[in-house]
Amino acid sequence: MSTIIFIEHNGTRHEIDVADGNSIMAGAVANMVPGIDADCGGACACATCHIHIDPEWLARLPEKSEMEASLLEFTPNPTEGSRLACQIKVSPCVAGMTVHLPAAQH
Amino acid sequence: MSETAALRQGPATDAWSMPLAEIDVSDPARFRDDTMWPFFERLRREDPVHWCANGMYGPYWSVTKYKDIMQVETSHHIFSSDTTMGGITIEDGNASTGLPMFIAMDPPKHDEQRKTVSPVVSPENLAKLETTIRSRVGEILDGLPRNETFNWVERVSIELTTQMLATLFDFPWEDRRKLTRWSDVATATPGSGIIESHEQKMAEIMECGAYFTRLWNERVNAAPGNDLISMMAHSDAMRHMSPEEFLGNLMLLIVGGNDTTRNSITGGLLALSQNPEQYRKLRENPALISSMVPEIIRWQTPLAHMRRTAKMDTVLGGKTIRAGEKVVMWYVSGNRDEEAVERPNNFIIDRARPRQHLSFGFGIHRCVGNRLGEMQLRIVWEEILKRWPDQPIEVVGEPTRVYSSFVKGYSSLPARIRG
Repeated sequence: MSTIIFIEHNGTRHEIDVADGNSIMAGAVANMVPGIDADCGGACACATCHIHIDPEWLARLPEKSEMEASLLEFTPNPTEGSRLACQIKVSPCVAGMTVHLPAAQH
Repeated sequence: MSETAALRQGPATDAWSMPLAEIDVSDPARFRDDTMWPFFERLRREDPVHWCANGMYGPYWSVTKYKDIMQVETSHHIFSSDTTMGGITIEDGNASTGLPMFIAMDPPKHDEQRKTVSPVVSPENLAKLETTIRSRVGEILDGLPRNETFNWVERVSIELTTQMLATLFDFPWEDRRKLTRWSDVATATPGSGIIESHEQKMAEIMECGAYFTRLWNERVNAAPGNDLISMMAHSDAMRHMSPEEFLGNLMLLIVGGNDTTRNSITGGLLALSQNPEQYRKLRENPALISSMVPEIIRWQTPLAHMRRTAKMDTVLGGKTIRAGEKVVMWYVSGNRDEEAVERPNNFIIDRARPRQHLSFGFGIHRCVGNRLGEMQLRIVWEEILKRWPDQPIEVVGEPTRVYSSFVKGYSSLPARIRG
């Protein structure tokens, strides 16, 4: 288990324990964190689990695949720290990471 | 008798007895008669990636299982959407009438143009439109007759989506029905009752082009506005489009924003009337609208398919697909795939994962207007339940379905409101 901190767009904070090996998206959905739709169920095919990650954590994550990068380009207001939550596996390396949720998923 | 055995009686017998190779699920008559279901069920069960050598629209592959459709959707480097290869409908270039539009382009051009249009239908922009849409929905509902039969498609579904499009384009209000006509024409097959010939189709589309060119010229010379045409006219990516590209992308937005929502508004009422216990559940708990909306979109599947063309030899579901072959993803079948959706033939407004459906497509071509469509459906049902919290809107006869295996919709649905 590693703790991930989700911050909703309105500032509401959720500290969630996610089993190592699960995706951040799965952890959020299982714990009813609002703001992640995950329409495609984690297939990297819809960009409705768009999140923003702070630079210091971003550097610890594996690079984006081409598919993730192109889907992110179609999200509203993508930033340097934009990622798809279904593509990030939870591990002790990211324990304590803060994830910011967008106002809405498109 | 088991459900499956029942399915194999009567009109469905053909579907189970004819040779597999002869099955052509693209026949629009079956969609008009609502008899295509057992054919898709058989393909999902016996031949999920199916070659049809002599289809009405030429030879093509049918992809009918959810997981295989997802694979095609996410392999855009293998399966092209480009107009020059045939575009996105089973009939070559049907929806685009051969015009270039981003739904029928591959990266990188697709990406540039999509990014230009996308902000106008982003959730934050939609929030600005919600009040306008709600008041227009209210006016339409308040104007409906009581104790007499009327056509729900005409009075509600078409009127509302047309007003919505006119709002998005800031289109002259008194001419707004032209938008509906152009949308119908764009996806119509000659002889379907909408148009008689390809020449007539092109003539009307040119008329549409001339009208919009006039609007474009007005807006390009004015201050940037919040409507789609102004946004396109003032965007770097789209300002230098050729007239054909401009017209193609307009057609895409008209069709994408019109037929689809229209038929979901009708399909929702039909589904509820066929499932009165669900309608009762909804009246008792209007909060279920939020999960009912995606369920309506799944159950209706307003676009029955999207088509791709293989750019290279590839393997899908154990079958070898050759470069240049037509590959049709039947969303209408994937949405009824029991391996992906629990009790897929049931309309369940509070199902566990209602958003996991194929109606919007997936991957880089996923519907750009998905949130707009959902918002319109949500507002329609919120306003209906406000006005008629303890009685159903009654469906008092059979719908008339559209003759098309692309647009899955209705031209009429007789309805009645007791008052």
